[in-house]
Amino acid sequence: MGEKRNYFVTEEPLPTEELIQSVIRPEAGAVTTFIGTVRELTEGKRTLSLTYEAYKPMAEKKLAQLGAELEAKYEGTKVAMAHRIGKLEISETAVVIAVSSPHRDASFKASREAIERIKEFVPIWKKEHWEDGEMWIGDQLENVSYKDQKKPGEEESP
Amino acid sequence: MIKVLFFAGMKEQAGTAEYELQQKEIAVAEIRAKVRAEFPGVTGTDRAMVAINEEFTNEDDTARTGDVVAFIPPVSGG
Repeated sequence: MGEKRNYFVTEEPLPTEELIQSVIRPEAGAVTTFIGTVRELTEGKRTLSLTYEAYKPMAEKKLAQLGAELEAKYEGTKVAMAHRIGKLEISETAVVIAVSSPHRDASFKASREAIERIKEFVPIWKKEHWEDGEMWIGDQLENVSYKDQKKPGEEESP
Repeated sequence: MIKVLFFAGMKEQAGTAEYELQQKEIAVAEIRAKVRAEFPGVTGTDRAMVAINEEFTNEDDTARTGDVVAFIPPVSGG
């Protein structure tokens, strides 16, 4: 208890300011914050709410691994990431990524890469609720196959 | 005994979040076949990634008694 966690999944509203504070330190001269929010319209279809589900222990572990990888790749960065699960209304915050670095370039790059990679392999799923139905996203499209590919989360070869 | 976890759409289709395999050890490819046979209504058993003890696997990796296997359908967080 009381220990600051930099990588977590929670049913509670995300503590954005705490995540930012957790990466601020004297050697940092820049902090970027990416906040993902629930969008109402996707390709003209109106979303009423979203439900996120996670394989929580694995998702937290993968967020921590991703953070460590980004900190190694972008020198001097410090990363914190959290994802909310459960039912979220329009405009509520689903994900927060905070990155600090001595100079701004590393923070921008690391936070961009962080969100792209969360969407690739961190075990979190969303269910869209519409006026006329609901569906788990990512799970109905037949165009995503992981078979015969590298394991998700592994870096592209240089 | 090996615990198998389902999430999201697969969990809804299976009607359960988990079930147990009695094998002492079993390869990932064989786990997929078992799940297909046990839950014919579940789609995406081939497409999902399989994790053992919270790490992604290859088809020839093996789960052993006490391990936790999870089917990870294409993710949609963020």
